[in-house]
Amino acid sequence: MAASRQVIPGFHFTLGITFFYLSLILLLPLAAFLLYASGMGLTKFLEVVIDPRVFHAYEVSFGTSLAAALINGVFGLLLAWVLVRYDFPGKRVLDGLIDLPFALPTAVAGIALTTLYAENGWLGQFFYGLGIPSAFSVFGITIALIFVGIPFVARSVQPVLRDLDPSLEEAAVMFGASPWLTFRRVVFPELVSPLLTGFALAFARGIGEYGSVVFIAGNLPYETEIAPLLIMAKLEQFDYQAAAAIAIVMMAMSFAILLALNGYQRYRSKKQGV
Amino acid sequence: MQQKKGVLAWALILIAVLFLLVMLVLPLVLVASEALAKGWQVYVKAITEPFAVKALALTLEATVLAVISNTLFGLASAFLLTKFAFRGEALLGACIDLPFAISPVVAGLFFVMLFGRMSPIYPFLRAEHIAIVFAVPGIILATVFVTFPFITRELVPVMEAQGRDEEEAAATFGASGWQIFRHVTLPNIKWALLYGVILCTARAMGEFGAVSVVSGHVRGKTNTLPLHIEILYNEYNFTAAFAVASILVILAIVILILRNLVEWRAKRGLKHAD
Amino acid sequence: MPIEVQLQHIKKTFGHFQASNDVNFAVEKGRLIGLLGPSGSGKTTILRMIAGLEQPDSGDILIGGRRVNDVPAGKRGIGFVFQNYALFRHMTVRENIAFGLKVQKAPAAQIRARVDKLIELVGLKEFGGRYPMQLSGGQRQRVAFARALAPEPELLLLDEPFAAIDAKVRKELRGWLRRTIHQLGVTSIFVTHDQDEAVEVADDIVILERGHVEQMGTPVEIYQQPRTPFVANFIGEAMHIPDYTIFKGFENGTTEGAHEGILRPEFLEIGANDHEMRLPLASEDGIVRGVYFRGSNAEIDVEVKGQLLKGTRSLEKTPLHEGDQAKVFIHRIYSFAGGRTQILENRAKQVDSVVI
Repeated sequence: MAASRQVIPGFHFTLGITFFYLSLILLLPLAAFLLYASGMGLTKFLEVVIDPRVFHAYEVSFGTSLAAALINGVFGLLLAWVLVRYDFPGKRVLDGLIDLPFALPTAVAGIALTTLYAENGWLGQFFYGLGIPSAFSVFGITIALIFVGIPFVARSVQPVLRDLDPSLEEAAVMFGASPWLTFRRVVFPELVSPLLTGFALAFARGIGEYGSVVFIAGNLPYETEIAPLLIMAKLEQFDYQAAAAIAIVMMAMSFAILLALNGYQRYRSKKQGV
Repeated sequence: MQQKKGVLAWALILIAVLFLLVMLVLPLVLVASEALAKGWQVYVKAITEPFAVKALALTLEATVLAVISNTLFGLASAFLLTKFAFRGEALLGACIDLPFAISPVVAGLFFVMLFGRMSPIYPFLRAEHIAIVFAVPGIILATVFVTFPFITRELVPVMEAQGRDEEEAAATFGASGWQIFRHVTLPNIKWALLYGVILCTARAMGEFGAVSVVSGHVRGKTNTLPLHIEILYNEYNFTAAFAVASILVILAIVILILRNLVEWRAKRGLKHAD
Repeated sequence: MPIEVQLQHIKKTFGHFQASNDVNFAVEKGRLIGLLGPSGSGKTTILRMIAGLEQPDSGDILIGGRRVNDVPAGKRGIGFVFQNYALFRHMTVRENIAFGLKVQKAPAAQIRARVDKLIELVGLKEFGGRYPMQLSGGQRQRVAFARALAPEPELLLLDEPFAAIDAKVRKELRGWLRRTIHQLGVTSIFVTHDQDEAVEVADDIVILERGHVEQMGTPVEIYQQPRTPFVANFIGEAMHIPDYTIFKGFENGTTEGAHEGILRPEFLEIGANDHEMRLPLASEDGIVRGVYFRGSNAEIDVEVKGQLLKGTRSLEKTPLHEGDQAKVFIHRIYSFAGGRTQILENRAKQVDSVVI
């Protein structure tokens, strides 16, 4: 359709604002970054990227984000289920609380979690007693990423579960299916898509997360150093090229996750002929 | 779906409640307890200390500016994406989602590379004595970058669902773009807009990673509240750190309550209209 | 009569879909036109192009003799009633109706007078303060109608105006709409996929199929002289006959082309025995395959020479039952051989008339 023939007035005006703003805030900085990074050359790039310390930071970032996103997948589904299907006192407060990680500044979460899970902290005492170092460890990083990712899965699954046609389940019950079978074969398949969406968003967010993790991580090279922190470290040493190289790999990881999600959704909607 | 609850239901509710209590409520209680650990006087002193007040002022400044400019952008881009058909629509939508896939730390890096010492425009900025990175404008730009998709993302699905009919009807009467927006579109999206503004405010207020990269940590000048908390914490001034953090916790809770109120109002409006 | 709206060689595609393929027709001033066609025939696209909500790829649209292709929707002097009404949900009934005049910056007193008049016309006087969501489907439709008429358009366009209303109210509204439009004398074009609706409401019907005009004419013309098999099939009930020369009275057929034909139920006379038939010798033998009570008559499925035909029979006569023998006389058949419509009368009738 020709862009110049629009029924509703205001096309050029909103197009102008949107493009001007996107250029200034997104495209220009992105271009500056790419321009700078492209000047670095492949050798320097590889040198930075396959440095064992950097490589280990990716592993920590990727591994803890994956673990946290998986745990959030389970609890997010549980939370959505409980909030949609059951009535109990305090439900509305609980529902409102799920968004806390969106609203609470990450630095506040970071220092609170660190204090909570430190050796003499309220929860740390218990974990350290069991021989689990719950702060300044991969365990601690995962806790922080779980905190940050709680809303993603719960909030993607909740509306789908709420709008699920009750006659689907009623049909299954009419055939004499048990509640568990009904859930597994009828309800769960409907939730796979939002579940994956929430999972991928939480995963991508975890890889880039900085504020909530930096305090509890302890930041020991080769142990609990995460990729975003390494970028900060390189910046403080004025090694901008190394920072850019690490950033490129991180962006590639996030894009890969979101592209995979997108690809899956497309495949699914094609398969179901929607 | 209201059934008589069995043991399983209560068990699931219990797990959900415990999970949220430990993961979300406990950190909030901890912040309050640590902030008041040395009594009210120390607390009040910590939050009225000049650097804290200045950090609060800068946080508010950056938040207000980011929210205003993102609101304008959000309205323009959502109107563009939903009310017009044009080539490149999908690409534009993807561009607007980009910040979700980029770590805030990397976003900060973008601006360092655009305006910092390695930038091609740096000589010009220096000659004109314009400081952007490691100064207030950089903090505002970084905040804008991290939060600009929120309002668009909130508005697009709502406007998509409402379709173009009302706007087209208004256009057949010869209404101008502004008249259509003011009298037809805006009244239909006011709750979604408010919702997006609240989310954007929450995120802008607490932004840490991106701001951390571009701030340069000049106390009393380029420190926002989250950065101020980090400094206090790293100086082992825990009580002060938590005292300042408690301000952000209160703001976060206010935002959550507002958010739920808006959602409730929007739903009631819908029911009322039926 | 002056010609109000003219479409000349209109073409429009959406991707690979050809919505309009050389559409031509003209509408006279003051007429009420129904655009009728199955879904996907391109009728709504034509309406939206006249309104300026879509742009034709080529061809001209003239309103009042003026080419309006480059005139934006709001400047064409058109009132448009949308299929789902597109009422402004945050405005009351009165505010909705007043919108067009407010946009034109009409004086407040004039707006009030016009809204009063229209709200009276559509019979919603007590509902002026309500919001669209608080109205029934029929009431919403009348608000949309009043809103479109408020700025006194020269041309009123209605997209499936009755589609979203339940059957009973629809019947009522049809008559009301026809009377009101004629009373106001505004040239109007409406789109519908329902032949009953088109026949009942429109002065003239334009039949569309796959993006082009099959036929235009009054409902009676279209019914009696369908120009194409499509029109014959679409208007009224029609049965397809692969070869009509098997039937008595039609053995010769026409000289050219195939012997395909189309029959309507009212072309058949069905009798229980020879005594009931005026021309028993020219009648076919058939077997009743189904009898359906239709309120004012009975619909009969009857098999004749391996062809299942549909006819009607008065309830006053001896009832027929499934499996009964029956007599069938075919009065006439439509033939479309050679690209033109011919109405073939049963030869027995002509012979008879000579004898008597």
